[in-house]
Amino acid sequence: MIQFLKHREAALGVIIAAMVAAIGAYAPAFVSLDNIIRVLNDTSILAMLALAQMMVILTRGIDLSTASTLALAGMISASLAQNHPELPVIAYIGLAIVTGIVLGFINGSLISFLGIPPIVVTLGTLAVYRGMIVVYGGGNQVNASEMGDVFQSFPKLSVFGLSTLFWIMVVVALGVWLFLSMTRTGRGLYAVGGNPVAARYCGIDLPRQQLLVYTISGAISGLCGYLWVSRYGVAYSEIASGFELTVIAACVIGGVSIAGGVGSVAGTLLGALFLGVIVNALPVMQITPFWQMAISGAVILAAVVVNARAEKRGVKLILPEARRAAGAAK
Amino acid sequence: MNVPVRQAIADAAPRKMSDWLLRWETILVGLLIVVIAGNTAISPYFLDIYNLSDATYNFSEKAIVALAMALLIITREIDLSVAAVIALASLATGLAAESGAPLIVLLVVGPAVGIVCGAFNGFLVTGIGLPSIVVTIGTMSLYRGLAQVVLGDQVIKQYPKDYTAIGQSYLINWPPLPYSFVIFLVLAVVFAVVLHKTAFGRKLYAIGNNPVAAKFSGIPVERIRFLLFVLTGLLAGLAATLLTARIGSTRPNIALGWELEIITMVILGGVSIAGGSGTIPGVVLAVFILGLITFGLSLINVPGIVISVILGCLLIVSIAGPILVRRLLRGR
Repeated sequence: MIQFLKHREAALGVIIAAMVAAIGAYAPAFVSLDNIIRVLNDTSILAMLALAQMMVILTRGIDLSTASTLALAGMISASLAQNHPELPVIAYIGLAIVTGIVLGFINGSLISFLGIPPIVVTLGTLAVYRGMIVVYGGGNQVNASEMGDVFQSFPKLSVFGLSTLFWIMVVVALGVWLFLSMTRTGRGLYAVGGNPVAARYCGIDLPRQQLLVYTISGAISGLCGYLWVSRYGVAYSEIASGFELTVIAACVIGGVSIAGGVGSVAGTLLGALFLGVIVNALPVMQITPFWQMAISGAVILAAVVVNARAEKRGVKLILPEARRAAGAAK
Repeated sequence: MNVPVRQAIADAAPRKMSDWLLRWETILVGLLIVVIAGNTAISPYFLDIYNLSDATYNFSEKAIVALAMALLIITREIDLSVAAVIALASLATGLAAESGAPLIVLLVVGPAVGIVCGAFNGFLVTGIGLPSIVVTIGTMSLYRGLAQVVLGDQVIKQYPKDYTAIGQSYLINWPPLPYSFVIFLVLAVVFAVVLHKTAFGRKLYAIGNNPVAAKFSGIPVERIRFLLFVLTGLLAGLAATLLTARIGSTRPNIALGWELEIITMVILGGVSIAGGSGTIPGVVLAVFILGLITFGLSLINVPGIVISVILGCLLIVSIAGPILVRRLLRGR
């Protein structure tokens, strides 16, 4: 049992379950099936963005532009729906993803070909991509009534009792898990983050990997752009503003090490779920939403402290010697 | 008879003309000249001493924080919580003003809150040994969150006249110099001297280039980093005092997103995000470039968000440009 709890994913799962139980004891409505489904739907976008961010962080990078990419892709997709409401939904989704791929590819090119630090590149594109929404849309917003039904109804369709939004998240999570655990490139991400020099000697091409992860991150952010806009029914320049930090927070809570090379799909999903439960529990607990930010800040700090402890004990690494070498290098 | 020749051992490689031309500060000076010339050509109102003095309001408070941020980044740390510290310090100033505290208290309470916030960041990073980027993402939520909890959707506006005068009048009437701008200039000189002319300054570069070697050479790495976090908090608190006096109100979203603008100033100033290099004159030049571009574009009614696109592109192009140039030179 103790051995089981030492796995941070298990520990985090237990904490979330305890939290849900405690909230349920106070407000039984919170643990109703409807509400749990609502929380899952609400967390799906955050979970997908966190998975994308995790892959970037594994390579010792960071993508601060993810919320801006989401907003720009959402805007472009929404204005296609505004001008051509007769198209099938796949056209809107496709356009959002392609936009995300282009934006992510720009990030990846600047980082991998020119060797500019990821934080610098994505800090710049964070401002540029969000500003492009105004340049592109002339400062107008696209409202729910202008988007058309096809555009808006798709994420809310019910499949086996759960929304398509949730199932898309499941597909993305499975995809990321298969990629990270079953493919050579995916395993390479861990190797690069764990020890870039060693990875290079093993023949792993870091620039190619960076180009790949930032492009994937862009693609997922683009997809989320469509989902966000269709779910909340409005596209304008400020949507998801500042959300990139919530995404990084979900990763950190989920046990992704900002130093690279450590992180799992399950942990990241639980990290996102943790934040999702808190956000949805506050109104039920009759706490003003103004507490939300302070609480998530405290949770992030608690999570990093716990992570640091766990890392000192020596978690997932291929060779114990590598830990010592990494420790010496710090 | 052979006279032994005393030969001076150079402590640096001899400087070539091309080195000097490719120096970051030289590029920034060129950029600044282009910006000033461009602005003058675009708008007849640009070269007006009162307009220029008003322009300094827009960047002085951020620039003050950027000085401390530069030192932090040189030692391989970063503080994303500065804007949140400004919010919390502004709130404290507001609460003090509501309770009728005298002017001196209003001026001191902001920096004091900043010191406490900075010390907490510093403790988490150096005391417990956590990565600063994660810690300050956390404290950024925490500090601004606390300000939101206290303020809710309220606004504090009851500031006494003698306090707001500090943000809204000139320290010197001719040439018209606002308090915040003078404070920034004085601090910039102090920071430049400390970083470039003292042993303490050299230690910061040593830490940034190789923290382990710095530690083994007897530099108290963690203590210095802790002090820099406290310093950054202090200056963020000072910026809050000046900002609150200028706009005369405290809202929960005060200074929202400033951390990224401040870091942009530092990076454009030539401070490497990997630590160990960068100069204060570079940061000061970047402050003027960013400030004057913003001011010039707003004179010709370019919307703020479009300005941010231009500044974002400038950041990337100015970092990518020299890399490409160097590659081309090497390629020949």
